[in-house]
Amino acid sequence: MSVASLVAIAVLFGTGSFLLMHRSLTRIILGVVMLGNGINVLIVSTSSRPGEPPIVGADGAMTDPVPQALVLTAIVIGFAIVAFMLALVWRNWTLSGDDRVEDDVEDRRLARESAVSPEKPGRGHHEDVT
Amino acid sequence: MMNLVIVAPIVLPILMAAVLLIVRSRIAQRALSFAVLAVALASSVALVVEVLARDGAVVSRLGDWPGDIAITLVADRLAVAMLVISLIVLITVLTFAIGQGSGDERSPFYYPAYLVLAGGISQAFLAGDLFNLFVAFELLLMASYVLLTLEGTREQIRSGITYVVLNVVESLLLLFAIGLIFAATGTVNMAELPTRLAELPDGVRLGLNLLLLVAFGIKAAVFPLFFWLPDSYPTSPSSVTAVFAGLLTKVGVYALLRTETLLFPGGQTTLLLVVSGLTMIIGLLGAISHAHMKRILSFHIVSQIGYMVMGIAIATELAIAATIFYLIHQIPVKASLFLVEGVVEHETGSSSFDRVGGLVRRSGLLAFLFLVPALSLAGLPPFSGFLAKLSLVQAGFTGEQYVIIGVALVGSLLTLISMIKIWTGVFWGEVEPTVPEGRTGILRHHRTMATATWALVAVTIAVSVFGGWLFEFSMDAARDIVDPSIYVRAVMGS
Repeated sequence: MSVASLVAIAVLFGTGSFLLMHRSLTRIILGVVMLGNGINVLIVSTSSRPGEPPIVGADGAMTDPVPQALVLTAIVIGFAIVAFMLALVWRNWTLSGDDRVEDDVEDRRLARESAVSPEKPGRGHHEDVT
Repeated sequence: MMNLVIVAPIVLPILMAAVLLIVRSRIAQRALSFAVLAVALASSVALVVEVLARDGAVVSRLGDWPGDIAITLVADRLAVAMLVISLIVLITVLTFAIGQGSGDERSPFYYPAYLVLAGGISQAFLAGDLFNLFVAFELLLMASYVLLTLEGTREQIRSGITYVVLNVVESLLLLFAIGLIFAATGTVNMAELPTRLAELPDGVRLGLNLLLLVAFGIKAAVFPLFFWLPDSYPTSPSSVTAVFAGLLTKVGVYALLRTETLLFPGGQTTLLLVVSGLTMIIGLLGAISHAHMKRILSFHIVSQIGYMVMGIAIATELAIAATIFYLIHQIPVKASLFLVEGVVEHETGSSSFDRVGGLVRRSGLLAFLFLVPALSLAGLPPFSGFLAKLSLVQAGFTGEQYVIIGVALVGSLLTLISMIKIWTGVFWGEVEPTVPEGRTGILRHHRTMATATWALVAVTIAVSVFGGWLFEFSMDAARDIVDPSIYVRAVMGS
């Protein structure tokens, strides 16, 4: 693993994690793409000895090909997932015209209920037990 | 010959999924799905017979490549047991889905996605290297994303997005961990890893172990990584939720079991004990706070995972055997509870406590079908849940972990309370005015769904009846995995 690939991995991980923290779904997808590619670069660079470049080593000999086989699979899987997520986000946008992560409806209902009404009529035994 | 038998449960469903994308006729899709799952079940039963006859694992290297680069499939006792019980659940739930005829089932993509899910689950159980395990997770997750959002309603998309993003992050963490493990050891083969990981410095090993724990912990929905589950599961049709509840989190537990016994034996007892205790209690408190059958059951999945993690944490032979037995008991019980919920929801249009009630007056049999797995879940004798919890508590005593025993017993009580809550809310009392009039004998109107539910409840009863034999089997399976050298010898020596 060389310093160049190390820096590339760090940048991809950093920006990817930062984008994942956002509420906008497009940014989350971009975060997933960057994080995934950071990991792919990491796997490719594990093939070489410390301080040497991946794929073709410092002495011109090919390095261990197993990580390249692994990363090929990982890239294909990542591609499929990003495609699916884009479809999902597009569907969400056509349904709600919004590009943000929404809260859980039931969570909000529970929070409202326990904040406002301590006595709830009917069955459920909700308050007795908690 | 064994090479073909061991790949059948993985390859056949996935190939058939491709075929079903072309064959759009619903009757053909149903018939072919059943046929392929039946063949998969038959070959996994053949694997059980072979494993019992050999008294050891069946190992296959695809394409006869040499050991270190081949894709290795390993069927030991634990793997084949999980395989058989999963395929039984997959087949019965498919029957149920046909009877329910939800919008999902009418979609031409339901059956292909379902079969990919089946193939992914089989592959996860049989995978002999970490990367293959990752691919299996991706397969089953991808299928689960599709199944969860198939109807494309607003509610499904909303919770589906949370589910997908969290599970994608989990996959990335898993891939990251595998990349680092490869960097540190130069292999991903689970038979070579135990010796190579043991040579690593303690700090590196701890880091790798924790990364895998977080990745599999999200999948298994342990505290504090469970929050995605009760949000997303209740939005899909019961036939989909039943499979997810029965199988997906259990695949995570299976992966935890493998890594904590084979790769990092005895590493994280305290951490896992704390996690398991909190998972039990928080899951149950979540269950009790809701007044909706499907949501209560969804939170229950979380709390039951706590019990299995407890066995993994104690990590003696008895504790691991108890966990394996717990898995065998839990998969059909959990799935059958969701099937009963599906019948209730199909009949009344809801399973919220303010909309249903008094169903025992409409169908005593349906109430019975709920009661058997519910009591088993709460751990009452003579059901299998009792044996599973008893052996866990025993393992706790021999492992001298008294605090977690107390927590587990309190958890059992809370389980019973929440089951009683469903009982009084849905089955007991007066019939709510929202329940459609004049229909008695609910099960008679939904014969296919009833058959599937009966079949699965019969499986849970069978697990209780043959509990002694199954527990001995679990003891043998635990012996195989508690000592990593047995696994290593089985794979390397073949």
